[in-house]
Amino acid sequence: MGLDLTVVPPFAGLILQGALWTIAITASAGVLSFFGGIGFAICALYAPAIIRYPIKAFAWLFMTTPLLLQLFLIYFGLVQIGIDIPAFFAGMIGLGLHFAVYNSDIIQTGILAIDKGQHEAGRTLGLSRGQTLRKIVIPQAVRDVVPPIGNNMIALLKDSALVSVIGVVELVHASQLAISETFRPFEFYLAAAACYYVVNLLLEFTLHRIERRIALTR
Amino acid sequence: MQRVAPFFLEAAWVTLELAVLSTLLGLTLGAIAASAKLYGNVVFRSIATVYVSVIRGTPCLIQLFILYFGGPQIGINLDPFSAGVIGLGINIGAYMTETIRGAIIAVDSGQMEAARTLGLSKFQAVRKVILPQAARLMVRPLGVNINAQIKATALVSAISVVDLTYTAQRYIGSTYKPFEMFILAGVLYMVIITLTGMIVSWLNKRVAIQ
Repeated sequence: MGLDLTVVPPFAGLILQGALWTIAITASAGVLSFFGGIGFAICALYAPAIIRYPIKAFAWLFMTTPLLLQLFLIYFGLVQIGIDIPAFFAGMIGLGLHFAVYNSDIIQTGILAIDKGQHEAGRTLGLSRGQTLRKIVIPQAVRDVVPPIGNNMIALLKDSALVSVIGVVELVHASQLAISETFRPFEFYLAAAACYYVVNLLLEFTLHRIERRIALTR
Repeated sequence: MQRVAPFFLEAAWVTLELAVLSTLLGLTLGAIAASAKLYGNVVFRSIATVYVSVIRGTPCLIQLFILYFGGPQIGINLDPFSAGVIGLGINIGAYMTETIRGAIIAVDSGQMEAARTLGLSKFQAVRKVILPQAARLMVRPLGVNINAQIKATALVSAISVVDLTYTAQRYIGSTYKPFEMFILAGVLYMVIITLTGMIVSWLNKRVAIQ
């Protein structure tokens, strides 16, 4: 049986709904990974050893195992020890933490690249160490690392496809539902791929705008 | 745990095989696409650009699904392992294209001019002057790609390749111990990735010597 793209339109509603869920989980995991990344970065750089080392070990665990395995562990594994998280939130937490670790690495380099004089000036003006970080160092560091963080957000969008395996009805899962009715994998996966491509372009465009804005206000 | 350990080791080997074979395929595709983008005519350049853009713009999981589940519809019948290697290879190839292209661009343009002035043809200049220098710059970013590729191999469990992730899922069915099985698989991934990381940084140190 060849290709017949006319089987797709009747399921357009389902696919679009899937696309919305993909955007929802990408956005929520993206926010989590951004603020989580800042949190991890601060802990990894400034927290006392008792917090710093566990955070570093945790980051190492997340960087050396596949995301798919982490999602399985959070969704199927934690049930065993009595923690039952709904699929969407398990996906959000898994994706969010995974990318928070990668973002943290980038933000740490950003923080270290900020001139030491900025820390000293903040302290001299009477700000506490926490205030100096929050109001002076972090805003500048984050601004510098927007492009690589943006790349991570694009990777996050694509990796959000993995949450289909723990039962979130996003783009991939939605197309699988359509396939189970029509037995037309090629057309529907192609449609899903096209949706990802479009969402990806929109995200890239938005990130580009943000980068330009930041560059202008400098 | 002891009963399942041999199966996990066997699966770790499959994961390693997948990673190595798909990386080799990806390197080949990446080298071809990078040279098409840099030195090709309009047709080759556009093909390479579309390849990189489409592959990097869609999830790897979808690409594997199109190849494995959609392939038979257009007459491509692959067993899970081959589909896994080809799918992952095509995916990583797009990322390697940019890595290789970036490294070649990073070699000073004066090198090309000097080689041409000395009477080397463009092809000779690329092969004997540009590539050896670019290769050094590639080791580190390619190492990052390979590290990501090992983790990406977990995706092929979704097209029923019996890799580490698939094996973990399979033994959860008989042992009802998801936590332990996933941790065991995770530890094996860690070992593979840490070892590869060590090889890459050793290689990087060696080529970095000027």
